[in-house]
Amino acid sequence: MFDIERWQEILEAISKNKLRTFLTGLSVASGIFILVILLGFGQGMRNGIAHEFEEDAATSVWVWPGETTIAYKGLNPGRYIQLRNEDYSQVQGLFESQINHMAAFLFIRGVSAVYNNEVLAYDLAGTYPNMQFIENESIIQGRFINEKDIAQRSKIIVIGRNIRDEVFENDSDVIGAFIELSGIPFKIVGVFTDPSGEGEENRMFIPMSTAQVVFEGADHLENLSFTLPVLDNFDVSVAQSIQFKKDITRHLKQKYQVAAEDTRAIQVWNPMEEAKRYFTLTDNIAFFFWFVGICTIIAGVVGVSNIMLIVVKERTKEIGIRKALGAKPWSIVAMIVHEAIFVTAVSGFGGLIFAMGLLEILGPQIEVDYILNPSVNFNVALATVVLLISSGAIAGFIPAWKAAHIHTIEALRDQ
Amino acid sequence: MGMIEIKDLHKSYQMGSNSLHVLKGINFSVAPGELVAIMGSSGSGKSTLLNILGMLDEANEGSYVLDGVPIKNLNETKAAQYRNKFLGFIFQSFNLINYKSAAENVALPLYYQRMPRKERQEKALKYLEQVGLKEWATHLPSELSGGQKQRVAIARAMAAEPKVLLADEPTGALDSKTSYEVMDLIQKINDAGNTILVVTHEPDIADMCKRIVHLKDGVIVEDKKVKQVRAADYV
Repeated sequence: MFDIERWQEILEAISKNKLRTFLTGLSVASGIFILVILLGFGQGMRNGIAHEFEEDAATSVWVWPGETTIAYKGLNPGRYIQLRNEDYSQVQGLFESQINHMAAFLFIRGVSAVYNNEVLAYDLAGTYPNMQFIENESIIQGRFINEKDIAQRSKIIVIGRNIRDEVFENDSDVIGAFIELSGIPFKIVGVFTDPSGEGEENRMFIPMSTAQVVFEGADHLENLSFTLPVLDNFDVSVAQSIQFKKDITRHLKQKYQVAAEDTRAIQVWNPMEEAKRYFTLTDNIAFFFWFVGICTIIAGVVGVSNIMLIVVKERTKEIGIRKALGAKPWSIVAMIVHEAIFVTAVSGFGGLIFAMGLLEILGPQIEVDYILNPSVNFNVALATVVLLISSGAIAGFIPAWKAAHIHTIEALRDQ
Repeated sequence: MGMIEIKDLHKSYQMGSNSLHVLKGINFSVAPGELVAIMGSSGSGKSTLLNILGMLDEANEGSYVLDGVPIKNLNETKAAQYRNKFLGFIFQSFNLINYKSAAENVALPLYYQRMPRKERQEKALKYLEQVGLKEWATHLPSELSGGQKQRVAIARAMAAEPKVLLADEPTGALDSKTSYEVMDLIQKINDAGNTILVVTHEPDIADMCKRIVHLKDGVIVEDKKVKQVRAADYV
């Protein structure tokens, strides 16, 4: 509804009370500003958490043993559980239908690594080819460990990017160079990067079979790691990972005679489940932010409503005149509501644009754990706009209703 | 058939536990083209009668028929519509909207008739011309004298081309010279065939009408035709 007359009247009323309208508008603008910033940070936390969980493949599951803490079937607590190759092939066979990739680590300690007479103080582990997918490593030079390496117990080594950067002068020298492990030369065949950055790029991997044989690891494994099939539905994925966690724990506990309630002997890290917990948390935080933001807007709306009440009071006589000349109650209501919507909408958009601008400029610069690129998406912006218009209408309605039902004779008498 | 037919009109106000009987059975009719003065001291009920005639208030009893249309049980919207279509108001304190120009004030009743803007402006100018204020069209009320303001108000009352003009002490806020100018204008409008009711307590103003109705304590005590004094003779 475009009505020049009414727009003129609104602008007239506003221009006569610039300061008052400005202060009212400010309360609405700051309400929207706070809401949008809060929502932006809510989204930022979501992004941040999603990022934290990107480090390993999203559907990964990690299983490692520890000491028993509960006596079970006549066995004393304090028994150390050792995973072995046999477990690896058993689990692989048993859970074939549930898992996507499977691998394991054997950490090798107390072995000196030397390159070019320089001692390399980096973590060393034996592993399987599939670890690449579980750890989410990307190869930037050469290749990862492959099945042939496992079968032939090749003396090859794959290193993290950080090692390459710290040890080698030229990237081109890396592949084909030899690192000596306890005096045995291992040929570098690849360099990988890890999404979680430097910490995880300070590692060197050799084939599991080589590690077990050369470094007296017997048939020991330090852990079992898996990825589960990737599914579109997040909740189904979570359910799947929880089910797998339960199944594999039960299997290993049965095999090693561990009490069902012993949480130390067999431990499982399931990022999916953790992610679910965090996402539930961020959902709750987002809900809380909406709540706080809306309360702030309500405060602003009450301000507008208050001002409109004063406007109505000041214009009582005018409203009386209009009614005497034949203004219908609804046209009075529409006039006041229109003004209220106009004030809330203009100031609210101001706050919205300011907040979005701030998020746009400062958002990408924020580098804190668990907060990443706070921003608001189009739907949220749209929701706040709807919120604005409707709160403007609510803010105007009560004063307008009051105005429309002023008794004409009394209104005309008002000075 | 009269323009206004009023039969046995009663109105009382509830003041706490007391009831104040203001109009105690008014019978009164006005023919088209009449210029009627309603006189009475304060408290006589003349303002109440005018408010009922103006559909700003409703009687407790009795009937009110305006040009064949019974005015009864109107809701606010309907009353607003009737006021807009049938009645033109002239007030003692002019009641112009102070941030609107003379022309915009005159055009206001037409706005509520949903007349297109262009047409409204033309009509407002036409009526301003009739009251001799065409060149003041763009001025705000604060830039006009009392007499000019009342003439703008008369133009506004005329703009909607109502059946009846209701003037409540139209000269109450004016000195006698401007009062006569305003009455001269009212007489001319009446000469053109318009029905006008003037509430006043000034005998000289009442004498410029064609008929005087005297109210006292809520009843009509006198209703007589008079020989009209032409205001133009005094201007």
